[in-house]
Amino acid sequence: MSAVVVDGLTVRYGDLVAVHEVSFRAEHGEVTAVLGPNGAGKTSTIEVCEGYRRASAGSVRVLGMVPADHQRQLSERMGVMLQEGGVYPSARVRDAVRHYCDLYGRGVDPDALVGAVGLAERSSTTWRRLSGGEKQRLSLALALACRPDVAFLDEPTSGVDVLGRDTIRAIVRDLAAGGCAVVLATHELDEAERLADRVVIFDRGEVIADGTLDELRHGHDEIRFRSAPGLDLESLATATGLTASAVGPDEYLVRAAADPQVVSRLSGWLGDHGHPLTDLRAGAQRLEDVFRRLTAAAADGSRSDSTGDGDGSGAAGSDADEASR
Amino acid sequence: MSRLSAQVRTELQLVARNGEQLLLTLGIPVMLLVFFSLVDVLPTGTDDPIDFLAPGVLALAVMSTAMVSLGIGTGFERAYQVLKRLGATPLGRGNLIAAKIVAVVAVELAQFAVLVPIAVVLGWSPPSPNWLLAAVAVVVGTVAFAGIGLTMAGRLRGEVNLAAQNGLYLVLLLLGGMIIPFDELPAPLRTFARVLPSGALADVLRDALADAGSRPGTSWIVLAAWAVVTPPVARALFRFEGHR
Repeated sequence: MSAVVVDGLTVRYGDLVAVHEVSFRAEHGEVTAVLGPNGAGKTSTIEVCEGYRRASAGSVRVLGMVPADHQRQLSERMGVMLQEGGVYPSARVRDAVRHYCDLYGRGVDPDALVGAVGLAERSSTTWRRLSGGEKQRLSLALALACRPDVAFLDEPTSGVDVLGRDTIRAIVRDLAAGGCAVVLATHELDEAERLADRVVIFDRGEVIADGTLDELRHGHDEIRFRSAPGLDLESLATATGLTASAVGPDEYLVRAAADPQVVSRLSGWLGDHGHPLTDLRAGAQRLEDVFRRLTAAAADGSRSDSTGDGDGSGAAGSDADEASR
Repeated sequence: MSRLSAQVRTELQLVARNGEQLLLTLGIPVMLLVFFSLVDVLPTGTDDPIDFLAPGVLALAVMSTAMVSLGIGTGFERAYQVLKRLGATPLGRGNLIAAKIVAVVAVELAQFAVLVPIAVVLGWSPPSPNWLLAAVAVVVGTVAFAGIGLTMAGRLRGEVNLAAQNGLYLVLLLLGGMIIPFDELPAPLRTFARVLPSGALADVLRDALADAGSRPGTSWIVLAAWAVVTPPVARALFRFEGHR
């Protein structure tokens, strides 16, 4: 049974529809990234899953329970990391962790938990004196105090430095490896790309794609390279058959399979014309590009819908369907 | 350790570490008691100002803890999403409220343990104090003030709540018959002051401890009315999620 089942969820605030008929699942032992720009409906959806608010329509089940009706029972097995705050400003790190370990009563050692999130040397520091990244790590520690079977982490690496991110990523991977269903709400695509097994992309209150990274990237290979500014792209196309476009002053993009022969033709043309090859990346699209493609397609779809030109299916729908398949 | 015990321990730790709250709950009452007992400038109408001041300052202590300290602390917990985060633990609202009640009572006991001996040292010796009646008054007053404090904490933004609680504290201190007798206030203000919970609590404490209340019957009714009305209002208006 899936740890989280969201089925046709709609969340309304008065007349505003924040989330519209959203459906997705999160499985035990996997990291599911819920992606989307600010205001896309991620937090509203997660808050229904956490039991903070009720669904206006549709249903949500977490560990088989309706969160708003069984928040107390669910809370014993559910780790929650809020986007910000959640800790008494004058509480010391160790005291806050011990407090939550005692509230959950699952036998978690507070000192070990403080050490696991890399805050052992700050254990007697109050929350208000911690850096932004340290606050995030403390908040993560509180989410782990219940040995969660499901964990909802809202922007866990926001404002965290490089080393802190490594610590958080390792903890999230360990959580999933231990069978926990981790649901990660973030707008940091790089973070999702590094951690997620499955990605759910929100845009304007709707899910526009849902699938594994491979599924979302499928059929969208590309070659990115850096060379001299102002390359003669027509000459490149004539000589190699590769259609390139400039995506930066000295950065170019070729929509083509990451085939060694294609790369060889490209590098050969550059070499023949005396141009440098300062960077080369070939393979599946980055999640950032997938995201841009899907959200742009969704925007196009809604525009054509609104002007009456579209047929209602929309490119976004196609991509989302493709990803789901 | 039970969840309630864990929460009580945290509540008390936070109070003990918060210098501003200690100043409010203990520092100011002690300073007012000592200063105005030794410097006889208030028109208390008693032979020794301590006879008027001691019950009034005990009422002030209750107001400081049950309304201002509880209200400011809870307001910031709401603004910093602490209440929201606790809502996702097995603690439960009942245990959270119970822990806050225990913490308030513990602080009030500590206040009385400090203030009463100081008053005695300063010459306070009521002939036949009714401590049981005083305890009932403190309980009813605590409920009334907690209702006011939590109503504000549950609705106002963190910094606005801080300013509002401190402002109300000052108004009630000056109008409340705690350190200034009702009779010294202008007539319209006096009528208004008599229906405030601060004045009512000071008056019933004065009656219970020194048989010197001005209108104890009316004051009991006023105090009880505040205690009956404000908790449901707080319950109805309180929002667990807040903003800074």
